[in-house]
Amino acid sequence: MADTSVIEISGLVKSFGAHRALDELDLEVSRGEIHGFLGPNGAGKSTTIRVLLGLLRKDSGDVRLLGGDPWHDAADLHRRLAYVPGEVNLWPGLTGGEVIDLLGRLRGGLDEGLRAELVERFELDPTKKARSYSKGNRQKVALVAALASDVELLLLDEPTSGLDPIMESVFQDYVDAFRDRGNTVLLSSHILAEVERLCDRVSIIRTGRCVESGTLGELRHLTRTSVTAELARPPEGLADMPGVHGLWLDGNRAMFEVDTVDLDRAVGVLHRAGIVSLTSQPPTLEELFLRHYGDEITESPEAEASA
Amino acid sequence: MESNAGFIAMTGPARALNTVGGQVTWQSAAFGAIAAGLMSMFLVGRHTRAEEESGRDEMLRAAAVGRQSTTAAAFLTALVANTVLGAAVALSLIAYPLELADSLALGVGVALCGFFFSGVALLSAQLTSTTRAMYGLTGAVIGLAYALRAIGDVGSPVLSWMSPIGWYQAMHPFSGLRWWPALLLVAASVVAAGAAYVVFLRRDYGSGVFAARPGPPRAARGLSRPAGLAWRLQRGTVLGWGIGMFLGGVGYGTLGDDVDSLLGDSDLAKDMFVQSGGALVDAFYSTMILTLALIGAGFAISSALRPHGEEDAGRVEALLSTALRRRDWLLGHVLVTVAGTVLVLLVAGLGMGVGYALVTGDGEAVADYVLPTLGHLPAVLVLAAVARLMFGVVPRAAFLSWLGLVFCLVVMLFAEVFRMPQWLQDVSPFEHLALMPAEDFAWAPFVAVTAVAVALSVAGQIAFHRRDVG
Repeated sequence: MADTSVIEISGLVKSFGAHRALDELDLEVSRGEIHGFLGPNGAGKSTTIRVLLGLLRKDSGDVRLLGGDPWHDAADLHRRLAYVPGEVNLWPGLTGGEVIDLLGRLRGGLDEGLRAELVERFELDPTKKARSYSKGNRQKVALVAALASDVELLLLDEPTSGLDPIMESVFQDYVDAFRDRGNTVLLSSHILAEVERLCDRVSIIRTGRCVESGTLGELRHLTRTSVTAELARPPEGLADMPGVHGLWLDGNRAMFEVDTVDLDRAVGVLHRAGIVSLTSQPPTLEELFLRHYGDEITESPEAEASA
Repeated sequence: MESNAGFIAMTGPARALNTVGGQVTWQSAAFGAIAAGLMSMFLVGRHTRAEEESGRDEMLRAAAVGRQSTTAAAFLTALVANTVLGAAVALSLIAYPLELADSLALGVGVALCGFFFSGVALLSAQLTSTTRAMYGLTGAVIGLAYALRAIGDVGSPVLSWMSPIGWYQAMHPFSGLRWWPALLLVAASVVAAGAAYVVFLRRDYGSGVFAARPGPPRAARGLSRPAGLAWRLQRGTVLGWGIGMFLGGVGYGTLGDDVDSLLGDSDLAKDMFVQSGGALVDAFYSTMILTLALIGAGFAISSALRPHGEEDAGRVEALLSTALRRRDWLLGHVLVTVAGTVLVLLVAGLGMGVGYALVTGDGEAVADYVLPTLGHLPAVLVLAAVARLMFGVVPRAAFLSWLGLVFCLVVMLFAEVFRMPQWLQDVSPFEHLALMPAEDFAWAPFVAVTAVAVALSVAGQIAFHRRDVG
């Protein structure tokens, strides 16, 4: 297997009873990248990560993790990775400091200097019993244990849902630094700003399948740019142009969305009509995301009502 | 029996035991007061400190309600519950029928004990800053009240007068009733509730007077070993059960050689105990030891289900995503279950010996009941292993493993009455082991039942190794 692939999944199927949680999922994560793993709740992100951790047994498909089989080589592979779940459940009678040491030592050891630094940066009181921690503080405990571990892969499943913006930025600094040391991160999230800020590549999954994968630039290329223009005279031929959507014309003003591949020709048309002012916005990740899930989001209230 | 110091310490001063009212009072007053105390503690705790700790109370307080309202409502709920309890006690005695005034006194007394402990619980909720600490403090007060009157009733009456439960018993229902000790209970309840209110006004929301004790910032070496972690998680349960089983053993042991008088002239009772052969005292203790072993099985099953509780609470994922192997994680818990079960049975037998020695003065008897109790170890471990097998194969139905204990209890208590077929009785692992000290220890069944326990346990561990986690 190629040395550059840290995670290689193809055709992964996992069912719970009649429910097919993962339906021929493909995913590839290369060494040295932060890979965003996007999808709404229930799309299969956590299930995928649990298969990667050897907690769940796959039904079919190929899964390789750090060159090994995540089910059979679980404990050995786990020495080389750290995992932070979205819902961190801790032992109520142990202190935060004890949990950090426990998880760290079970992974094979902590970087003591980094541990102390992280506890301070995250403003965590390690002498408090876990039962008195808030959700955010429980997440910090798991993050300190993971980030201070001597590993080459981080599996993060919505790790920052309970953090405030300041702690979120501390988290981003350390994840950046981790990647800069040549390590790899799989970051499942639906905080899109976080993904845009951190990730080199993203995969979007939906109902257990990967529907899109690539760098943010590549994904943007597949989608539309919003354009607003004020022109010297009404533009000609814009309405018939392939790739232009949602055109709104009001005399000399035009608003539309255009497929990114057709952007150059559309701007040509505007240019011929004499551009007075022009704003164009590349698609945000949010728009990308909504394009894949828009129908589902509008459908979901009915789905809930019928459930 | 009324001269038996063990019984008096357990229940209270023996008065007018030749009457129904006297018997009811003797047997129920102290335990009734404890039951009312525990009920009050949980009622108050759940609605005050637990709500505050969880943050739900914060939403209420942010709404248009007075700042005392949740606390007042919790106290009121406890008062109503205790009043209902007291009324039920009084009405059922009046309906029996027993004397009206004395029946009322027994009901009023238990309700007033409940009021007092509600006040104590409310005060504890202000002083401590976690629900656990609040339960611990209130429970300690209840235990102290019980212990003071236990020692007082046996020898130094002054101590009984320092205990609210002692005041209740000093009302002497059905044996020269007097009402004035009830005033002590009323006064103490008012003082406790008043103190709670004063502290409540002075403390900040979310905090207590005693700050939560900080714990160690670093983990001890042993914690990151599977057995070390399992022990840390279960040690409270092991110690709690150990103390309880020891005291239970002491309770049975203090019956001493009074077994004769306890059974009285009841031929049925004599038949029950003598059927296994041997002297009456030995036969009696054999049955009591079996009872203790069955109670101890409660620990063994709950301990064997602890891994399931951990999985249910979502705490296993984080562990098994480290280099900790599934096998080792579960083995750590198995080790604690087995060692804990040995300990719990051992101290129960030891307690029985200590109780017996205290009453009879036969110091050599202290160790006599340890081996007979441990003789049931394989059967207890079979029940634990069934729980482990359920956890491995059908975790969602793991709680059903309690039915194993229920079945064994039914076989022990009712096999004769129900004319249960022998093969069905034989399903209970306890049926195959020697009933010591009435019977002699037998190696063959001990080894065979142990083998069954090991086989079931290993099957459960293998099943866990192969299934999904979480």
